[in-house]
Amino acid sequence: MNGAISPTILGRLEWLSLPFVRAWQNPTPDELIGAGAATIVVVGMAGTIALITALGKWRYLWRDWFTSVDHKKIGIMYVVLAFVMMSRAVVEGVLMRMQQATAINAPGIVEPDHFAQLFSTHGSIMIFFMAMPFLTGMINYVMPLQIGSRDVAFPLLNSISLWLTGGAAGLMMVSLVIGQFSTGGWSGYPPYTELEFSPDVGPDYWIWAVTLGSIGSTLSGLNFAVTIYKMRCAGMTMMRMPLFCWTTLCTSILMIFAMPPLTVATAMLALDRYLGFHFFTNDLGGNMMNYANLFWLFGHPEVYILILPAFGVYSEVVSTFSSKELYGYRSMVIATMSIAVMSFTVWLHHFFTMGQSASINAAFGIATMAIGVPTGVKIYDWIWTMFMGQVRFTVPMLYSLAFMMTFVLGGLTGIILAFPPLDYLVHNTLFLVAHFHNMLIPGLLYGMLAGYHYWFPKAFGFRLNEKWGQLAFGCWVVGFYLAFMPLYVLGAAGMARRTAEIFEPAFRPWLYVAGIGALILLAALVALFVQLWVSIREREANRVDAGDPWDGRGLEWSIAGPPPEYNFAVLPTVSGGDPFYTSKRNGDAYLPPERYENIEVPKNSVVGPLLGVFSAATGFALVWHMWWLAILGMLAIIITVIARSFIRDTHRIVSATEVERVDLAWRDKLFASRSISREMETTSANQGFAEVAA
Amino acid sequence: MAASRFLGLIAILALPALSGCAVLRLGAMDAAGPIAEAQRNLYFLLAIVLIFVAGPVLVLTPLIAWHYRISNKHSTFRPKWVFSWWLEGLIWIPPAGIVIGLSFLLWNYTQRLDPYRPIAASQPPLEIQAVALDWKWLFIYPEEHIAAMNELAIPVSRPVRISLTSGTVMQAMLIPRLAGQIYAMAGMRTELNLAASQPGVYRGGNVQFNGTGFAKQKFDVIALSPSDYEGWLAAVRAAANPLDPSAYAQLFEKTTPAQPILFSSAPEGLFQKILSRYQDPDMKVHR
Ligand code: HEM
Ligand SMILES: [Cu+2]
Repeated sequence: MNGAISPTILGRLEWLSLPFVRAWQNPTPDELIGAGAATIVVVGMAGTIALITALGKWRYLWRDWFTSVDHKKIGIMYVVLAFVMMSRAVVEGVLMRMQQATAINAPGIVEPDHFAQLFSTHGSIMIFFMAMPFLTGMINYVMPLQIGSRDVAFPLLNSISLWLTGGAAGLMMVSLVIGQFSTGGWSGYPPYTELEFSPDVGPDYWIWAVTLGSIGSTLSGLNFAVTIYKMRCAGMTMMRMPLFCWTTLCTSILMIFAMPPLTVATAMLALDRYLGFHFFTNDLGGNMMNYANLFWLFGHPEVYILILPAFGVYSEVVSTFSSKELYGYRSMVIATMSIAVMSFTVWLHHFFTMGQSASINAAFGIATMAIGVPTGVKIYDWIWTMFMGQVRFTVPMLYSLAFMMTFVLGGLTGIILAFPPLDYLVHNTLFLVAHFHNMLIPGLLYGMLAGYHYWFPKAFGFRLNEKWGQLAFGCWVVGFYLAFMPLYVLGAAGMARRTAEIFEPAFRPWLYVAGIGALILLAALVALFVQLWVSIREREANRVDAGDPWDGRGLEWSIAGPPPEYNFAVLPTVSGGDPFYTSKRNGDAYLPPERYENIEVPKNSVVGPLLGVFSAATGFALVWHMWWLAILGMLAIIITVIARSFIRDTHRIVSATEVERVDLAWRDKLFASRSISREMETTSANQGFAEVAA
Repeated sequence: MAASRFLGLIAILALPALSGCAVLRLGAMDAAGPIAEAQRNLYFLLAIVLIFVAGPVLVLTPLIAWHYRISNKHSTFRPKWVFSWWLEGLIWIPPAGIVIGLSFLLWNYTQRLDPYRPIAASQPPLEIQAVALDWKWLFIYPEEHIAAMNELAIPVSRPVRISLTSGTVMQAMLIPRLAGQIYAMAGMRTELNLAASQPGVYRGGNVQFNGTGFAKQKFDVIALSPSDYEGWLAAVRAAANPLDPSAYAQLFEKTTPAQPILFSSAPEGLFQKILSRYQDPDMKVHR
């Protein structure tokens, strides 16, 4: 059963590439876990397909979702992708914790190579296929509504970005079923990932998944930046934009400048592996230090790409749930912009230990600490926003408070790591793992979850269940502290990261506590899904279709929940910050428009899904050296793009009467709703119509 | 009865905490040499400053959120209050001041604890050449013409200057109780200066993932009194286990020896040979 099955057609695919065959031949617990994961993917896929077929929903999905170029639907699909990938990555994180808790002077449950795949997929998925889709989806949904626009600047490009990301995530899932993934970690450092040391398909899966994802993100960045520059409604000057739009702008700029170094780095690694180049090999003049620089030239701005949108969410949430304008808007904007610019000046802190001179290390260490200042300013700005406000402890607000207090601790350990002499001690240890989870879980995950709870009623017209939300929140927080605080101690004791086996019994109690924490985090994830289920079931009781459940401040709350395809029946005009909040106070919110006009909206397009499928197929073919399929896939991509440029009928008209009908129907509901005070916003009395104190 | 059960419960809870703290003795918190000691002191100094950085946020966030909760009818509500120059100064200037102050500390300590900086001492440093391999370490003693695999014996109090390279992928050598880590890369030489101030056995290892055997790639640093060190050298030389061509070839196999291996002699220029190994035109390492 050894050897390639059919080299011309299937490239280097072997029977043993399939985990089922491996588990059959050699049924160790390790192989069984691998085969079990593959089974879950296959059964999950088959089940989903069967379910959709049984419900007869293919046409609906294709027409209303997959081919849609509506920024709201694309946003929702991004978030769905993020949740699916998050589920896998959280389970992998828990599995790693279980391995380390059981592998103290014992082999544990998985083999070292399997463990290495786990941390590589966990890290790559969390960053590229959980965090990035989540924030891209959030921006997609919210930002155009907040600036009073009908869509993003390039709706089709938006769909292409989504499908490239989806295709890349698909490659990640396929790697569970066919072949194996890289063992080189989320950073894929050569020379370890070069052919000489990793001749198998793993690094190729990593290269193509990350490359596709990075191209998708670059395109999203361009799209968002142009949208903010060009598509703001009348009166929406830059300094009147909600802070979430500012953080989106900064994130987009970072995406535009920071993703290309990654694409270049993975492309160069691909040239090394496929065409015998020597960019990063040990021999013939290759130098892996160039890779380290390129990768982190992307990697550091990347962490701000991840964190800034969450900062935007917190700004919205804290201000809304304190019933108060954001404190120090101008200083927030300055701080956000400074963070974005400075994030390009610190990448070297990821390799203080590469042997460069002390002065270089010190310079980058100081630059790193300097970013702490604007970041600290933002935290204080949120505190002063609550100051003299009326704070409501809704779920998004709970996440915001937990974020502020937890993120500060991560910032402290960040300053420790910014000191090169201290970094020498804890770099590459669990201290570092604790630090970046301490930044990313509050600074990204909590933010996205806060945004999810906050804008869900806008997107679907009903609120999420509060009790399950609180339970999930409690588990995310308690689980985080239990799972990651012990890692600081273990790291200070010198325990290396990415360790599959432990030979130090003294680590045991800490690994046990971390393991319990990981299980609580798993419970948090489950609670989120239960919450969604419960909320859908009791949706009739929690409808807020009037559209403004939280006494919101931005334009997104001035329309129905969910909004119509074209967002605004008539494009708004604003005359200040927090426009909707102000007009509610001035009594000129919800004024019916003088007249309705025809609205032009982009037509659906199959180009996005086609490009996603073709590029994933090309990636898969390249991984397995199925050259015919790779050539076919690339040709298909080129032909699709050319063919699309011949299609000139790309828009359709929603007639004025239709717009009027929809708008009046919503207004009827609006005026039939009972306005409620803020104390009642988490009860069924909330129909999305806010009582405005005189 | 109930009381004793209660005490038992406390004991069960306290035990892991107590035994848990022992873990820190494996790291730089229990420094065994001047470099790690300086790093630990820097850590404590920084920790004190950082308490003042984080303290206000940790106190103010819950306090303000709770005081201004909507159900508290006695708190002021001023929705239009959005700016104060005083507060603005307070949140920009002191943090910036702290960072400027810390910058001096950082610059100073980074220069002082540069891994390349020789340690001042009355004796010349002991030269060691460390080679990172899959999945083991080779330590060459160029002046003594011996070598040791997965064991590094050094005399107490004498500075040690370690030159590092890799015979394979990039790795990082960390001996937490003695000094911080530095990378070892093929074709390149990096350097780490350290010293032990008390006799003892200190754990060291590779902390940069390099494949299946990564977790096992550990070694002991044995710090000996000068006379014991001489004894160790004599014993190694007496063992008649030279690092001959067949032993050299085995270096590049992906294995971890079960026990440390001591080589009674090592060829001249071995480190240099490994350093330039990838430049050797006869060597078909790629493909
Ligand atoms: C939710 C529960 C989570 C658990 C239980 C968890 C657990 C873990 C574990 C056990 C590791 C390996 C540590 C080691 O190297 O020894 C790890 C690595 C990592 N995690 Fe997580 N994690 C979680 C969430 C996240 C999130 C939200 C992100 C990012 C958004 C993230 C990003 C990463 C990255 C980038 C790595 C490094 C992978 C590598 O070594 O290449 N994790 N995590
Ligand atoms: Cu960084």
